[in-house]
Amino acid sequence: MKTIKHIFALVAFTIFAVACSKDDPIVVNQEEVITTLTLTLTPESGNIITLRSYDLDGSDGPNPPVISISGSLAANTTYTGFVEVLNETESPAEDVTIEVIDEGEEHQFFYTFTNSIGTVAYTDTDNNENPIGVTFTLTTAASGSGDLTVTLIHEPAKSAADVKSGSITNAGGETDVEATFSLTVQ
Amino acid sequence: MCFCVFVGCVFTTTIAQNCQFSFNGKISDFHDNSPIIGASIQIEGENKFATTDFDGFFEFQNICAGKYTLILNHVACETKRVRFNITENTFKEISLEHHIEDLEEVIVTSTNKTTSNTVQSTKIDRKTIDDFSGESLGDALKNISGVSSLNTGNTIVKPIINGLHSSRIIVMANGVRLQDQDWGIEHAPNIDINNADRITVIKGTNSLEYGGDAIGGVIVLEPTKYFLKDRIYGKTILGLQSNGKGGNLHTNIVKTTEKGWFYNGKATLKRFGDFHSPNYNLTNTGLNSKAFSLLTGVKKFEKGFTVDYSFINNKIGIFRASHIGNIDDLVTAINSKQPQIIENFNYDIVSPKQEIKHHIFKVDYYQRFKNSGKLEVQYDFQKNERFEFDVRVGDDKNKAAIDLNLKTHAVSANFNFDSNSNKTYKVGFKGVYQNNFANPETGVRRLIPDYDKFDAGFFAIGNFILNLKTTFNAGLRYDFNYINAKKFYIKTRWIERGYDTQFNDLIIGDFNTQWLVNPTFRFHNLSASAGIHHYFNDKTAVLFNYGLSSRAPNASELFSDGLHHSAARIELGNLAMQQEVSHRVSATYAYKTSKTKISIEAFFNTIQNFIYLAPFGTEQTIRGAFPVWNYKKTNANLFGFDFTWQQKLNETFSYSNKSSLIYGYETKNKRDLIDIPAPNFRNSLQYKNENWHQLGVRLESEFVLQQNNFPDNNFLTFLPSQKTIAIVDISSTPKSYHLLNLQTDVVFHLSKKTDLHISATISNLLNINYRDYLNRIRFFADDLGRNYALQLKINY
Repeated sequence: MKTIKHIFALVAFTIFAVACSKDDPIVVNQEEVITTLTLTLTPESGNIITLRSYDLDGSDGPNPPVISISGSLAANTTYTGFVEVLNETESPAEDVTIEVIDEGEEHQFFYTFTNSIGTVAYTDTDNNENPIGVTFTLTTAASGSGDLTVTLIHEPAKSAADVKSGSITNAGGETDVEATFSLTVQ
Repeated sequence: MCFCVFVGCVFTTTIAQNCQFSFNGKISDFHDNSPIIGASIQIEGENKFATTDFDGFFEFQNICAGKYTLILNHVACETKRVRFNITENTFKEISLEHHIEDLEEVIVTSTNKTTSNTVQSTKIDRKTIDDFSGESLGDALKNISGVSSLNTGNTIVKPIINGLHSSRIIVMANGVRLQDQDWGIEHAPNIDINNADRITVIKGTNSLEYGGDAIGGVIVLEPTKYFLKDRIYGKTILGLQSNGKGGNLHTNIVKTTEKGWFYNGKATLKRFGDFHSPNYNLTNTGLNSKAFSLLTGVKKFEKGFTVDYSFINNKIGIFRASHIGNIDDLVTAINSKQPQIIENFNYDIVSPKQEIKHHIFKVDYYQRFKNSGKLEVQYDFQKNERFEFDVRVGDDKNKAAIDLNLKTHAVSANFNFDSNSNKTYKVGFKGVYQNNFANPETGVRRLIPDYDKFDAGFFAIGNFILNLKTTFNAGLRYDFNYINAKKFYIKTRWIERGYDTQFNDLIIGDFNTQWLVNPTFRFHNLSASAGIHHYFNDKTAVLFNYGLSSRAPNASELFSDGLHHSAARIELGNLAMQQEVSHRVSATYAYKTSKTKISIEAFFNTIQNFIYLAPFGTEQTIRGAFPVWNYKKTNANLFGFDFTWQQKLNETFSYSNKSSLIYGYETKNKRDLIDIPAPNFRNSLQYKNENWHQLGVRLESEFVLQQNNFPDNNFLTFLPSQKTIAIVDISSTPKSYHLLNLQTDVVFHLSKKTDLHISATISNLLNINYRDYLNRIRFFADDLGRNYALQLKINY
C-alpha cells in the first residue's frame, strides 16, 4: 500500500502545483480590422463628395455599419476618386490602404452600380500592370438614383474575363470590405 | 498468490447428431493438486455454464462440434480462457503447468467485465485496424452499423454514434480519456489508430466508469496484450495510395519477458498531397502526420504497472476553396458546380490549415487483494496544442489565427470487487484539472477563452449473474464540474446577447471597446444505467437497457463569440446554457449460429436542453453580411435502428449487410434536427480461399440515401455583385450516392515467424461524383474520386 500512498501524494502535489491562480488574460485588439471605408470624389468644379461606411465593432460585433453620404452627385460629371480603408480601433488610426497597395497583386476594389447611374475606370496598376482600384475616375450618367457597391476583394482572379475592366462577376476571391451606398444623381 | 491450474479431460462421443457431445474436465490447483471447488466455467458465446463439484469436476452436455473457448472464474484467480476444438470422437488429457503460454493465455492490460454484455457494444479487431492503418479512427469506425462521421474534407473525420458527436462521445485511449478540444466540428480525435489493438464502440450512456456525459457513446481503444514469454516481435505496415499520391508507414516492436516486463515502441508516418475528386484536384487537402508511442511496465498476476507516453503531430490542409469571405462568396460557392480555386497537385500544406500536437503521459498501477478484488490507480497528463492558420495578409501571413493550449491532469482510482463472479461490484473516483490558454499573440480575438476547469466524479457499478441465462447490470455516477473563465466581450455584443441585464456583475475590467468578464459555473450531474441480458436458447439472446446521463455545456457552447473565418460565419455561444440530460432506452435482438449472425439494435434517446449549432440569420458588417450560427438549446428526440447481418453462403462465399436508420427531431419546434446521418446500407460479398494463401476478395457496396429530414435554415440576402436578392441555400442535402469498393488480400508465410500480408484495394471503383451531407466541404466540392491502394504488412 505504500506505493499507492506515494502515487497519491505525487499526484495531489502535481495538481496543486499547476492549479495555482493566474493573472488576467491580455486583451487582443483585433489586427487586420477594417472599420472604415471612405470614398472621396472630386469633380473638376463643384462639391467634393464623400461616401463613408463606418463599423466600429468590426466584423465580430453585432452592430451594422453606419453609412454616410455627404450629398448627391452631379449628372454627366467626371469625378477623380480615391478610396481609403482604415482601422480606427487603433489610435492613431491605421491606414490599411497602404497594405492594400503594397500587396496590390492580391487586392482589387470593384465598383458596381445599379440602374446604370455611373461608370468607373481604374487609374492605378499593380506590379503586373493590373488595376488595384485605389484611384479611379467616376463618371455619372444622366440624373437618376441607384446603388453603388464598393467591394475590396482579396486574391481576385485578375486574369479572368472582364475583371481588369472592373466586373466583379468572375473575380472569385474573398471579400475584405463591402459597402453599399444609395446615391442620387441630379 | 494463486495460480490456478487445471487438468481438463475431454471425452467426446458421437451419438446420432453433432450436438450431443459431452464435455468433462477437472480443475485442480497446481501447488498441491487439490481440486478447486466452486469454480465457474462458461463456454464463451453460449449460454452454457458449469460449476466444479467437490472433486473439482465439471460437465457439459449436448455440445455441438466446433471450436470453443472456455472462460474459467474462481475466487481470487485471474479469469482464464482456454480453447478447445471438438471435432470427432476423441479423448484428450491436458495437463497444464502454470506457464500460461501453454494455454495461449494472455493477461489483458485492462479487463473490464463489469459492463460486458448488458450494453450495445461492437468490437473492431486488429485486422480491420491494420486495414485502416493509413486512415483515421473515424474511417475505421464506419464499419460499425450506426456509426458515421462528420467530416471536414477527408482527413478530419469525427465519429458520430447514433446521430451524436463531439463532446457527447468519450474517446478512451489506452485507459486515458482523450481531452483534445473535441467541441469543434472541425476538430477530429487526435489519435493514431495504429496504437489500438482492438476498438470497442459502446452505444449510449451505459458505461459509467468512463464518464457520465457520454450521451452518444464511448469509443474504447484497447492497448496491446502482452504474452509472458521471452520474445521480441514486431510488425511493419507500408501503405501507398494513388489519390493523394502518398502513403503511410507504421512500425511496432515489442519485447516481453517471462518475468512480466514488456517494452513497446510504435511509430507512424503519414504523408499525402492534394486529394482529388473525379473531375478536379482538391487544392490544399494534404496531410502530414507523425506519431510515436513508448510504453513499458510489468504485468504480473497480483500487481503490475504501466508507463506510457504517446505523441502525435498532425498538419492538415483545409480545402482552399472552402475558405471564403462573406455571404456573397458563400452563395457564389454554393451555386457554382466547381470549386472557385483549383490548382495543380501539390504536397505543400498552406493556409488555411491546422496543426495539432497532442501528448499523453500515463502511469498506472494495479494490485490484487486476495478474496476481495483488484485496485487500479492511474495518473495521466495531456497537452493539446492547436494552431489554426487562416488566410491572412501582411505581417500576419504566417501567424496562427487560433492558438490554444489545453492541459489536463487526471487522477483516478477504482476497485473491482470480483471475488464472487456472480456478483461483482466496481467503485471508482476520478479527479480532473484542466487549463486552457488562448494565446493573445494571434492578433485575433479569442474564439475560446482562457479557463480553469475542475471535475470530480464517483461511480458504483454492479454486475449480477442472476442465473445461467440472465445477467443484470446497474450503475450510478455523480460528477461535479466547476469552470472559471476569463473572457473579453465586445461591448456591443454583450448588449446584443442580453448579458447586460443578467450578467453585468461578472464584469471585472473595461478595455475600451471590450469588457473583461469572469464567468464561473458549477454543474452537478447525475447519471445512471441499468441493463439486462437474457439468452432464450443457444442461438437467441435479447438485451434491454436504460441510461440516464447529464453533460455540462462545453467551452464552445458557453463562450464561442466571433467570426469563424474559415467557416465564414459568426458563431455565438450562450452563457445561460444548462446541462443536457438524456434518457436513452435501447433493445437488441441477437441471433447466432455457425452460419448466420444477426443483430438488430433499436434505441430511443430523449434529450432535454439538447445543444446544437444552427444558422440564425445574418449580421451586416463592413465586410458584408455574414450568417450567424447560434448555439441553441431545445428538447430533442432521436430514434433509430442498426442492423447487422453476416451470412456464410458456403465454404468460400459469405455475405454481409450493415444498415442504419436514424431520425432526430426537436419536440418543441416540431422540426427535424440538423446533421443527422442519412439512411445508409453497406452490403458486401466476400470470397475466401483458405487453401491458397488465404486469398480473400471482397466487393463492397455503400449506398447512402439523400437525407430528406433536415431543417430549413435558408435565408435571403442581397447580393451586390449580382444586384439581386438571393436565397442562401445552406440546408438542402446532397443526392443519394452509391459507391463500390473492391479489396483483395493474400498472405505468404516467408518463414516460421514471418508473414507477409499483401492487400490491394480500389475504392470508389466507378469514379462517381458525389457529395456527402455530413462533409463540411460539400458546399464547395465533390468528394473523393477513385483510389488505388496497396498495403504490405509484415509480421515478424
